[in-house]
Amino acid sequence: MDRKDNFVNIKHLYNRAGFGISYPDLHQLSRKRWSKAVDKLFMPIQLGAELHTVTVEEFKAQQLLLASLNGKKEQTPEEKQQREEITKTRNEKNRDLNINWVQQMIATENPLLEKMTLFWHGHFSCRSNNPFYDQQLNNIQRDNALGNFRTLLMEVSKSPAMLDYLNNQQNRKGHPNENFSRELMELFTLGRGNYTEADVKEAARSFTGWAYNKNSEFEFNPKVHDDQPKVFFGQTGAFTGEDIIDKILQKTETATFICRKLYVFFVNDTPDPHHIQELAGYFYDQKYDISAVMKKMFTADWFYHPENMGNKIKSPVEFLVGLSREFKVTYNKPQILIQLQSSLGQYLFNPPNVAGWPGGRNWIDSSSLMLRMKIPSLVLNDGILDFEGKADPEDEAVIALNRKAKPKPVKSYINAQANWDQFLASLPKDMKQAELAAFLLEPAIGKKISDLVDRNTHLKNTAIAVTSMPEYQLC
Amino acid sequence: MERRDFLRNAAFAAAGTFVVPAFMKPFEALALDELSLYKNLVVVQLSGGNDGLNTVVPFGNDIYYQMRKNIAIPKDEVIKLNDMQGLNPNLNCLRELYDQGWMSIINDVGYPNPDRSHFRSMDIWQTASDANQYLSTGWIGRYLDSNCETCKFPYTAIEVDDSLSLAMKGAGKKGIALKDPATLFRNTNEPFFREMVNSDKEHLDEDNLGYLYKTMIETSSSASYIQNTSKLYHPNYTYPATAFSNQLKTVANFICSGLKTRVYYVSLSGFDTHVNQNNQQGRLLQQYAEGMNAFIKDLKQNNKLDDTLVISFSEFGRRVAQNASNGTDHGTANNMFVFGGKLKKQGIFNPAPNLANLDNGDLKYQIDFREVYGTILDKWLDVNNGQVLNKRFNTLDFI
Repeated sequence: MDRKDNFVNIKHLYNRAGFGISYPDLHQLSRKRWSKAVDKLFMPIQLGAELHTVTVEEFKAQQLLLASLNGKKEQTPEEKQQREEITKTRNEKNRDLNINWVQQMIATENPLLEKMTLFWHGHFSCRSNNPFYDQQLNNIQRDNALGNFRTLLMEVSKSPAMLDYLNNQQNRKGHPNENFSRELMELFTLGRGNYTEADVKEAARSFTGWAYNKNSEFEFNPKVHDDQPKVFFGQTGAFTGEDIIDKILQKTETATFICRKLYVFFVNDTPDPHHIQELAGYFYDQKYDISAVMKKMFTADWFYHPENMGNKIKSPVEFLVGLSREFKVTYNKPQILIQLQSSLGQYLFNPPNVAGWPGGRNWIDSSSLMLRMKIPSLVLNDGILDFEGKADPEDEAVIALNRKAKPKPVKSYINAQANWDQFLASLPKDMKQAELAAFLLEPAIGKKISDLVDRNTHLKNTAIAVTSMPEYQLC
Repeated sequence: MERRDFLRNAAFAAAGTFVVPAFMKPFEALALDELSLYKNLVVVQLSGGNDGLNTVVPFGNDIYYQMRKNIAIPKDEVIKLNDMQGLNPNLNCLRELYDQGWMSIINDVGYPNPDRSHFRSMDIWQTASDANQYLSTGWIGRYLDSNCETCKFPYTAIEVDDSLSLAMKGAGKKGIALKDPATLFRNTNEPFFREMVNSDKEHLDEDNLGYLYKTMIETSSSASYIQNTSKLYHPNYTYPATAFSNQLKTVANFICSGLKTRVYYVSLSGFDTHVNQNNQQGRLLQQYAEGMNAFIKDLKQNNKLDDTLVISFSEFGRRVAQNASNGTDHGTANNMFVFGGKLKKQGIFNPAPNLANLDNGDLKYQIDFREVYGTILDKWLDVNNGQVLNKRFNTLDFI
């Protein structure tokens, strides 16, 4: 592979496996063998990648207070106040957690790790009104993002956030709740068509007694567990929840389902059955080692074929993080990051449903595209966002309490600074406008773009123009 | 050929080009009301789960008063519609519409295995899915996708908001969101945007870049069309000064100016009344009723009411019994309102909720909401509902 190909391929790799790459990093990596660039993505993970927005002490104190409040029939005004305080704190912490994660994605030295965490965040889609549960699940997804899929699946299934979200707390012997069992097979592992309704019902019985305690730890409750024989995938036995998960993993369809989702997320909206089978066979043989299958993907020839380059629509988070990373943007009012996610249709920790964000062309409609094309000039030039977006349905109760008759003002200052000095200093001295455009965009630039940017005299203007183009929405 | 039919066909012939062919030009001089040959649907979403039982009050049922000791609407305050049901006094402005025969109330609309999460239930209502099914397209979006004769334009569906609801997103086609036509027009006419739109037609491939360019070009032409058409109309009706009324006023302007849009989407939020419900809900219902009163009368005055159908819904109703905080918690079936000049069945459409036969404290639904959608798709938007709803639903006779 020659130097120029190397440059293009490594840029592609870092766009897909991470959130883009800086010019000096790209320049440096493209001198080395390209396999080195792949290896670098899998480097040992630096410590401290977990999110610690809510401390366990904070969580426990809150649970204790809530338990005492819940125990009372009539509440004094002070107690009502305390309850409102808890809701308020939780909402604040939920926002902080979101912002901390986005900031971590912007700053991370482990882009693949955060990208994989983002993938699992959408795959094991979950909503919780308790930020501690959300944080715990997010950390499980990060700790195992490049680990073993069995461990990841087991820990996610046993997390309070998921047990709560999919009603497994209500899944009891004699009164099974099938929600978790169904989504486990339909959305997390096998996909429709690879199990029967009877399998869902029987598996639900095996998950009875899976619960969590007040310390936010998994706790198996044998008293409500149905220990009678179940018939699952045609076999009979007194299967536990763990047994069911293992039987699901024994099916090659699980490897295929996961690899198909990985392919659509990292390679192309249109799944290629041959490439997916290649990955799935390997994933299964490697006993669901996620690092192994990702390395296989990133070293496959087809990963660098023209039809798989510059043709994926960035998700709103990929778009925002990529832009902020490239230009080292500081958000003085990080709250704006939430408004932007919400307006663009991907509010982290708030997926539309357990199926996650549909992705691809679903991200784009007239208003989201217009906003995307406007954001770079606002963020990079510290402009005013004239866009309100919709209230989250979970906030309706807050709106109900607070709503004034008058609509609130819709303008917000972005209040962010790009580090232009650093960005411009990192570029070659004699860089041409069109060269910068070619670096910032993944689709090949045609005459139109080069003509357009050639009129500029400053690279800064070119950077803002190029990131405002439809082409910048792709990676 | 009738002149109306000719106009209709000629308009379809021009679909997709955005340039009015020369032979169409003389029609631009026609009176405004002749230009609009389209039946309109306006969807009003009440977000948060509006309490249907304090909206249409079953004052003739003692169970209602037993289960809602602190928050029931007193009998003498209810605006009585028959022996059993009446309107919340804050809906006083609807009374006039009801008496004119422009309003219909459908009781107990819901779906099997109801979900009590705001998010999930709104998802179900917007995608028209089953409770255990996840769809990534909305019901109006799939109507756009059906590519029927009546929905070829990129501005066929407009949501008066900054961002587009899932309901309006199809797999191939999507509605357009705008709060104000002038702002969208201004944004699409910024020099940089114009340059991007005009510079390149070579990108209109089937790939994702082509899709982005197509979206951008359609946004731009829709913005021009909407702005240039709607500015010809001079609104002459006074609306209350609320955000909700402003949305309706925008829709009325679009309809009255003869915009060829068929579906409009607006929303009013804040209905999640767990605590001290009556004041909050009352205030919202008043905003709703005052807005609807102005909207319907505006349309009537402009001879558009016969061509317009309005429905309003919420993601769920609330539990029959009140909670300990003088509010109500998330429930299931709920009533829907229908407005229009050509309602087949006016007034109360079906029996009041049966408060003696509950499902674990919740109302049982009588009518699947997809039967309401199905009726509208079949009878109002002229498309087979099975094509949009993924399976065929029975139609009702409210229109």
